[in-house]
Amino acid sequence: MLKIILARLQQGHQTMKYPDGPPPKLPDRFRGCPKLNADKCSNGCNACVGACPTGAIVVKDNHPSIDMGKCLFCAECEKVCPEKAITFSDEYYLAARKRQDMIAAGNQPTKPCDVVMERDIRKLFGRSLKLRQVSAGGCNACEADTNVLGTLAWDLGRFGIQFVASPRHADGLLITGPVTQNMHLALKKTYDAVAEPKIVIAVGACAISGGPYIDHEQVKNGADAVVPVDLYIPGCPPHPLTILDGLIRFLGRKGCN
Amino acid sequence: MTQNNYSFAKLTNGRAVRLDTIPTIAFDGFRQAILDGVAYGQRVSAMFGDSTSQSDVTLLYVVMADDEQNQLYVGRTQIEGDQFPSLTPDCPQVHLFEREIAEQFGLKPIGHPWFKPVRYHHSKTSRDAWNRPSNQPILPGVGDFFQVGGDEVHEVAVGPVHAGIIEPGHFRFQCYGEQVFHLEIALGFQHRGVEQALIGGPNNRSIHYSETLAGDTTIAHATGYCQVLEALAHCQKTARAQMLRGVALELERLANHVGDLGAISGDVGFLPTASYCGRIRGDYLNMTALLCGSRFGRGMIRPGGVGFDIDDNRASELLRRLDKAEKDTTVAIKLLWDTPSVMARLENTGTLPKSIAIELGIVGPAARASDLPRDIRQDQPSGIFRFSHIPASTCDTGDAFGRAFVRWLEIQHSIQFIREQIGAIPAGSPLVKVGSLAAESFVATLNEGWRGEVCHIAITNQQGNFARYKIVDPSFHNWAALAYALRNQEISDFPLCNKSFNLSYCGHDL
Repeated sequence: MLKIILARLQQGHQTMKYPDGPPPKLPDRFRGCPKLNADKCSNGCNACVGACPTGAIVVKDNHPSIDMGKCLFCAECEKVCPEKAITFSDEYYLAARKRQDMIAAGNQPTKPCDVVMERDIRKLFGRSLKLRQVSAGGCNACEADTNVLGTLAWDLGRFGIQFVASPRHADGLLITGPVTQNMHLALKKTYDAVAEPKIVIAVGACAISGGPYIDHEQVKNGADAVVPVDLYIPGCPPHPLTILDGLIRFLGRKGCN
Repeated sequence: MTQNNYSFAKLTNGRAVRLDTIPTIAFDGFRQAILDGVAYGQRVSAMFGDSTSQSDVTLLYVVMADDEQNQLYVGRTQIEGDQFPSLTPDCPQVHLFEREIAEQFGLKPIGHPWFKPVRYHHSKTSRDAWNRPSNQPILPGVGDFFQVGGDEVHEVAVGPVHAGIIEPGHFRFQCYGEQVFHLEIALGFQHRGVEQALIGGPNNRSIHYSETLAGDTTIAHATGYCQVLEALAHCQKTARAQMLRGVALELERLANHVGDLGAISGDVGFLPTASYCGRIRGDYLNMTALLCGSRFGRGMIRPGGVGFDIDDNRASELLRRLDKAEKDTTVAIKLLWDTPSVMARLENTGTLPKSIAIELGIVGPAARASDLPRDIRQDQPSGIFRFSHIPASTCDTGDAFGRAFVRWLEIQHSIQFIREQIGAIPAGSPLVKVGSLAAESFVATLNEGWRGEVCHIAITNQQGNFARYKIVDPSFHNWAALAYALRNQEISDFPLCNKSFNLSYCGHDL
């Protein structure tokens, strides 16, 4: 018992101050929201398009756009661009409610999307949201960095968000993975088992677009092929801070910075 | 006692050979060579099929590892028609390989004792080993399960969707009261067609397949994939790149082992270590992110070396964080061994006897906990591990305690390894160019991921593209060990047993 108490003292207090205080420091090599400088993109080389593993980049009339729902944040485009027209910033707030809001184009300054849930739903879930997690072909990276939110450093419980063991106990689903053919039915059944009203959150490039598995015959190219999605959180995998930021802004627990 | 496997070609981990140097032998000789090799202490690292230009001829390859002699052996045989005599009755460790060959190529292993699909998909050929119509969908997990009869025997089915944040799999328990007589595990829900998609590569998506084969094993799988390319292109990496790969691999091991010990602690209801380790695991992930910006090492391992270099500031920051994490880890984990209620739950739970571990061809910490000193870093070392040895950590109990304790021993070795490596960083470029790949060649790479042996095999065509790519995640060997360890356990011990193995679903399902 004494050893347990001593260990407790040694480990100290670790829960982060965020969102009331500053967010935890991200690594300097962190690859967040991509920034485009369309003026620099001029010679039509399309090197970024060729380098992108998932077809996330489209260049039209020397105007590149990046679909963050497909982006693996590998930054190969940044490496090959001779004009430095694409750079990856340290902005971690990537969540969006609509698929088209994830497409970064032109020189528009990126700001956090307004992702707060509808008022009537918020009245129900704003202070207590129980989620069922379904991994449908996920590689266990999105799953792990969602799970980590339950640890004492992130302490998701402070926001009334909890992962529950049955769809019957849940207000919604948090889906990871490209939705394999072999998980299609299980995902559908889990969704059907959640009582109305319900919400769906898609976490990671796979769950949004299929990610690296996009257009494989074995996958459905993401969750919205099977169920309606209310919140998208891009990344491969998204940083826990990106996921937490998306969740609490969705609940209206934090403003748009 | 180990003897050379004369029928097969010798192979070194991570060295490419011309395809025509691999002997194609008659099936009886092929079979006998495998059985002899296993009898002499070798194990089957991979066994897989490959189609030929003739639709009714399939090649079967086997890669055997001789851990004592630090040697690999490779052989192949031709199968004509739609069947071959199963080796499983005489060599249980190929049981799942034969089911996989049957599923992918429609070849029936005649005499296989438990002949079922592995991942529930259609075959690559016009044949189907179970004679299922090709125009109907194959439903995952649907089919016969082993059943125990008797009035008081009942069946418990769990999954594919599980109660926590866990990947999908289906577990079927045959129980007598609380006691589990038998557990059967049906997987395949995560199947996303990686091996098939790699054919014709490498291309700009290939590295991302390797990084997401099992997201928690990004470094080990990406290293295996890059070594394949480098071997085929005869590319010499720098010592600096090899060292950084080794550091990243050990950081991956640290994060997962610490996380597992926390989860094991949680499953026996001991919350202090569970809470601390959950957080400390993040400290190790953040050290990987310090190196490459991603907590899972995405972008770190690249063909020809590493994607990110290290400078003095970063090195000293890494060492500073490592010192802090080591202290926290030691305090948190030592609590486990000092708490009698924890030890009482771990000891004699989910025992995997050494003899069974050998028969099933178990790898990684699960094998070492059953007193098998198998560790690729020691037995078939590549990269930095050829120069800097990490001793294999073993335990002779074979139970959940053994699997937990081996992890603790490995944590200590990994920390020491990183400290040594970062203390003396060799000069050189982090990344060198990889040329075109040798045509019609064969290469196998083995790495000791945190779960055990990560095996990547590539065969190239005349143009130097992948004609066949085979991946064996350690979980492919080890799921059978979990099923075995559950025999005669209380069903309530399943979470603990499961966590003590902590196997990958997506790594198995590919």
